[in-house]
Amino acid sequence: MAAAVATGRVSRRGRADRASRPGAAWGIPTVAYFGIFALLPMALVVYLSFTSWRGLGTPQLTGFDNWRRMIKDHELFSSLRITVIFTVGSWLSQTILSLLLGVWAAGRQRNRAVLSAIFFLPLVMSSTAIAIVWSVILDPNFGLAGWLGPLVGFKDGNIIGSSNGALAMIIFVGGWQFIPFHTLLYQGAARAVPEVLYQAAIVDGAGRVQQFFSVTLPLIRNTIVTSSVIMLVGTLTSFETVLILTKGGPGTATRILPYEMYARGFQNYEMGYGSAIALVLVIVATALSLITVKLSGYSKMRSTYEGV
Amino acid sequence: MSNLHRLSRRGLLAGAAGVGALGALSACNQLSPGGSPGSKGGGGEAQIWVNSDDVLNPIQQKALDRFNANSKTKMKLVAVPSSQSMNDKVRAAINTPNKPNIFFNWSGGSIREYAEGDLLTDLTGKLNSDTAWRDSFVKSVLDVGKIDDKFYGIPMKGMQPVLLFYNKTMFAENGLKPPETWDDLKSVVKTFKRKDITPFVLGGQDSWTELMYLEFLVDRLGGPEVFQRVAGGDNAGWGDPAFLKSLQMIRELVDMGAFGSNYSSVGYGTGAASALFAKGKGAMHLMGTWEFTSQQGSAPKFVKNDLAYTNFPAVEGGKGDPRDTAGNPTNYFSVVKSDVSDACVDFLHSQMTNKDYVDAMIKVGEVPAIADLGDRLDQHPNPKFAKAVYQIAQTAPSFTLSWDQALASNVGDAVVTNLQKVFNKQIQPADWVTAMKNSN
Repeated sequence: MAAAVATGRVSRRGRADRASRPGAAWGIPTVAYFGIFALLPMALVVYLSFTSWRGLGTPQLTGFDNWRRMIKDHELFSSLRITVIFTVGSWLSQTILSLLLGVWAAGRQRNRAVLSAIFFLPLVMSSTAIAIVWSVILDPNFGLAGWLGPLVGFKDGNIIGSSNGALAMIIFVGGWQFIPFHTLLYQGAARAVPEVLYQAAIVDGAGRVQQFFSVTLPLIRNTIVTSSVIMLVGTLTSFETVLILTKGGPGTATRILPYEMYARGFQNYEMGYGSAIALVLVIVATALSLITVKLSGYSKMRSTYEGV
Repeated sequence: MSNLHRLSRRGLLAGAAGVGALGALSACNQLSPGGSPGSKGGGGEAQIWVNSDDVLNPIQQKALDRFNANSKTKMKLVAVPSSQSMNDKVRAAINTPNKPNIFFNWSGGSIREYAEGDLLTDLTGKLNSDTAWRDSFVKSVLDVGKIDDKFYGIPMKGMQPVLLFYNKTMFAENGLKPPETWDDLKSVVKTFKRKDITPFVLGGQDSWTELMYLEFLVDRLGGPEVFQRVAGGDNAGWGDPAFLKSLQMIRELVDMGAFGSNYSSVGYGTGAASALFAKGKGAMHLMGTWEFTSQQGSAPKFVKNDLAYTNFPAVEGGKGDPRDTAGNPTNYFSVVKSDVSDACVDFLHSQMTNKDYVDAMIKVGEVPAIADLGDRLDQHPNPKFAKAVYQIAQTAPSFTLSWDQALASNVGDAVVTNLQKVFNKQIQPADWVTAMKNSN
């Protein structure tokens, strides 16, 4: 395998090979699409974040007003705090559960295949439908919350109506929706681990738990990074669940940043300030994924299968 | 890139603002591109934007047909789906050649910026030149169409005041009468609590349902002027003692358990609150007149046997008139300034009080904001209810527009969000006042 990679590298430097690669023109549609629908709007958001615009007339340039206002905005800091809890909570719960489920589902037993197939169902449902279903389930009088609530410490099923309960529920519903997807990633990764390594581990006297920690986990490291980046960025931009399930409430208990952006921009028509919040989200999400990739050593692109 | 040049700057900006969220604003191009005509000499075409409504649209179309028969300017009905998108679409289009000529709105905050931006036709002159026309509307409702003492909206639909709905069977079983004063209300609450009955149904997941309590209490305590002051933009007005006192009274109800213990998980939009009320799980429900219509659809037996209604009780020692009411006075038509605005004003003048138009509205269940309807309400599907609503709305010296509609959207948002926190005991009444003084 190492040899193949080496020859690949050599031949890429060769002239004949370069001629056969597609010309730059092939990239134009993608670049144009990305430019018009991603870069240009983003540039306009940057511009808007320095203006005051209520959606009427021409945006007025106001310099750093939106940014100064942001520093003094308690609501925004509370929203940031909620976003951090939401993101970390979602990432932790989803990673642990989907990792365990994925490795379990990687087994080739028939019952696992059947259960996995059922378990992947939420994957094909839209976020909106899922949120509506859960809002019905969480109704304290007509849903299940009435008898589920007291079991987990919410009197009279008042889960979605209490600050902590509502935040826990949007983490839970997000997990319910996305764990199957990440399970699928981990299942694929775990299946790619060569059987021979487990055989070697057994010969060395490793038990099931130690096999998991010493063989499976290191070998699916890159999948953990990929999955984490998807989760973190996905959570930072998730929105529909909150809009439908809690509308940011009770009070402001579930106003995560994307919802705050929507409320300021599209409900309150403060487009300039909304754009500034959007920009913060872009920066935070980019930084977070870069940090994740950097810290995990993913960027070194070292194969997890070196030496196999 | 050539496509870029064809897009208007506003279209691009709107698209930009939609990044990462719903592209609601960019919807401006979806409406029929006919646009406002560059008409001369009273000809041309005018667009009337209304909410899409299977029942009302045909009635509106008939009014248009009547007008078009004798007019050079032809009116054209444009039905816009759902209420939220109406606000967004008007906002995106009103400064462009694709603007509406007449549009459906809620008055207050939904048109204030347009009025201040000189985009709307001032209707004061027309109303004053034909006082008979002016007086044919219910005065308190017509008054809500004013922005800073000028009229910008003409009532075009039924009135929807908020009523105190109650279950008369449950009241009778417990030997109670509907509360006429705040003290009555508290003793009713206590009696029901003793019997282990939730006194009020409240869909507290939707914060606007909680706003109704505050609207009535502030009006009963301090009169309509207290709210009018802050609606006019005077932030210091939030310091009026009527606000703090009302919030404390609300908190008193919460502490008495008047709303039960899981109201903050109950939604109105989901139908949960109305279902609780119909099933006898609560004795009272403060809600707009649409509650009657929806109960009739889902629980006709309950409407027939148990449902009764009255105005919100008086508050002892309060400055406000106990006949005052609050809610959605009605919906309005406003005229956008354009070449055809004269014809548009003529349309409103000739059709909105037209007998056929008003009677058709009554027949489909509306209670129009027209003065002296009297027996004409017998054509209503529920004459008894219609007459009660009409009585309350017509005799009300003041009809307060729902605050979330009356205020600029960002202030309205702060009002309801913080009020929900007061109801949920996340903040104290005084914190609400502080938060509102700091809102802008």
